[in-house]
Amino acid sequence: MTNQSGSERAGAVGQKSESFFNAFFRVTELDLRTTAMLTALIAIWVALYFLTDGLFLSPRNLTNLAVQGAVVGIMATGMVLVIVARHIDLSVGSLVGFTGMFVAWLHVDFFPSILPGILPLDSDLGWILAVIMTLLMGVVIGLWHGFWVAYRGVPAFVVTLGGLLGFRAMAWVVSDGRTISPLNDHFELIGGGANGSIGEFWSWIVGIVAVAIIILITARTRKRRRKYGIATKPLVVEIIMIAVYSAVIFGFVMIMNSYMRPRSDIPRGIPVPVLILIATVIIMTFISQRTKFGRYVYAMGGNPEATELAGINVKRTTTGIFVIMGVLASVAGIVTAARLQSAGNLMGFMQELFVIAAAVIGGTALAGGVGTIFGAILGAAVVFSIINGMVLMQTTSAQQQIALGLVLIFAVWFDVAYTKRKR
Amino acid sequence: MSDTASNGQTPLVEMIDMHKRFGGVHAVEGVTIDLYPGEVLGILGHNGAGKTVLTKILSGAHRADEGEIKINGKKVDLHNPRDAQNLGIETIYQTLALADNLDAPANLFLGREIMTGFGTMDDDAMENESRKVIQRLNPNFKNIKDPMRTMSGGQRQSVAIARAVYFNAKILIMDEPTAALGPQETAMVSELIEQLKKEGIGIILISHDLHDVFDLSDRVSVMKNGKLVGTRYTRDVTKDDVLGMIILGKLPGETTPEDGKALH
Repeated sequence: MTNQSGSERAGAVGQKSESFFNAFFRVTELDLRTTAMLTALIAIWVALYFLTDGLFLSPRNLTNLAVQGAVVGIMATGMVLVIVARHIDLSVGSLVGFTGMFVAWLHVDFFPSILPGILPLDSDLGWILAVIMTLLMGVVIGLWHGFWVAYRGVPAFVVTLGGLLGFRAMAWVVSDGRTISPLNDHFELIGGGANGSIGEFWSWIVGIVAVAIIILITARTRKRRRKYGIATKPLVVEIIMIAVYSAVIFGFVMIMNSYMRPRSDIPRGIPVPVLILIATVIIMTFISQRTKFGRYVYAMGGNPEATELAGINVKRTTTGIFVIMGVLASVAGIVTAARLQSAGNLMGFMQELFVIAAAVIGGTALAGGVGTIFGAILGAAVVFSIINGMVLMQTTSAQQQIALGLVLIFAVWFDVAYTKRKR
Repeated sequence: MSDTASNGQTPLVEMIDMHKRFGGVHAVEGVTIDLYPGEVLGILGHNGAGKTVLTKILSGAHRADEGEIKINGKKVDLHNPRDAQNLGIETIYQTLALADNLDAPANLFLGREIMTGFGTMDDDAMENESRKVIQRLNPNFKNIKDPMRTMSGGQRQSVAIARAVYFNAKILIMDEPTAALGPQETAMVSELIEQLKKEGIGIILISHDLHDVFDLSDRVSVMKNGKLVGTRYTRDVTKDDVLGMIILGKLPGETTPEDGKALH
């Protein structure tokens, strides 16, 4: 047996003397790669704090940053599964354009014109129905991609390149090239505008529930491991880790609550898109780690042939991945239209590149088999921190993209070097 | 013309007149074999003789173009690996068929995960079960939670074997089981085969190397160019006889003195 990383289970190997570094990762069971990412993100934040004279870490800017990054973050969680399974989805940016246009067209043009008495623009039922139909459209698009990739053997790169071209054009077809506006007022809350936040009270509730869930999960894990005689973390470490997580969560809620609604002293609280992102991350983490489907996605990425020989329906799993990606892209489309308070043809333009960059910077290996949902969120945070920070530093968008390109290369280089060392 | 262990027992497996073509290549052509409980059948032949294709039909990975498969005398239809698994047919592939990015328990239970009451995967239960079965095969193998890519050849083999053994195989197919192993690990595999035999499991050993399987097998079936040369009890033939079957494609009685010279 060659070297073992520090991330292995506590007590699995009794080493006589080990460095503090190794001991830290062994006891906390933290993943070295994720920890490195987190450290890099904090370093970027500190640097931007000083470069922008403190502006970067103001509640107002952090709230904006979270809302800006939410759409890409939502899609990046799905892109992780796509890339882990050795595929790619280039169509997500165009899908944002198409689904954003679709949801707007449905509740602004279509419903009011066919059912003017029942579903006018200002009816809540209208936009809710439009949202549901748009999510279903995401499922249909995912089935379409999955059909060609899994059942007809066309490489995902080609199928979704077709999607990149086609769906942007379909957005155009839906609206005859017009920008659709105005949208329903309540629908726009999804986008997290001036009123699109859940307020101080509910933000605290979200934070408290989150901490409660962490404590519950920790307790349950300990109990289960005990039952099977698997080594658990020392209680002190568990308590410290819960304290750290709680501090981060409550800190986040406090920041979101210290940004006020316009011309008032009323805290905004967590913006709706950020809430959607949090929900997405939880659901996608659950899918990737706790369900058979998630396990099969990773197995396919590691060894497609072996997965098939194990009796797993690889085609259906592949289709499932694209369906999830389609739904997440339509969620992103809905949020985007709501945030812009109009649906235009450039929604989501080139966004596929940010989504893929977020997943890859977050440690998803393009060769497949490796990647985490949380990593992708960190990746998205890195991408949007750099963009946002550079905007505050009054750089041009060309300079921002150059910086992003360099970060992308650097992140993948880090990953390659890290993986080599680990082998 | 072939020997069968016909002491009134129903064969565990009968593959009758199997055919499999890949495009123009006739990979398996009219092959008939059978396997009895507690028996080890060696399938021998050069690379490309059709051994692996034949057994992949039995493990559900390939569908036969023609032919009939009977398990315990009953005709079965194997559409995919899952069908074969459900009939108690487990396969250890030459490549071991492991996902390198996953740990041992994930590989062991791949496709047959232990679930909790909530319909989620029970990783702790799988880890616990894996530890038990792997410990029995390979007591020095502790770090089962590491990804497979960091493991040694013997450890990888242990996981592949554990996967087959854990699910109570009735029929075990091992494709080149010792090709990548050191002497100690080979001994472990031999020991395991003896033990499984005693439990009444039928085992098919595939190899291109006569010496790997001759001593372990009760019977050997030799294939050449997709066809069955013949099946013989190992107690009735010598290694040279079998070598003749592999190389010349002729049964022991059929060889001429010239053939004998060609072998040596």
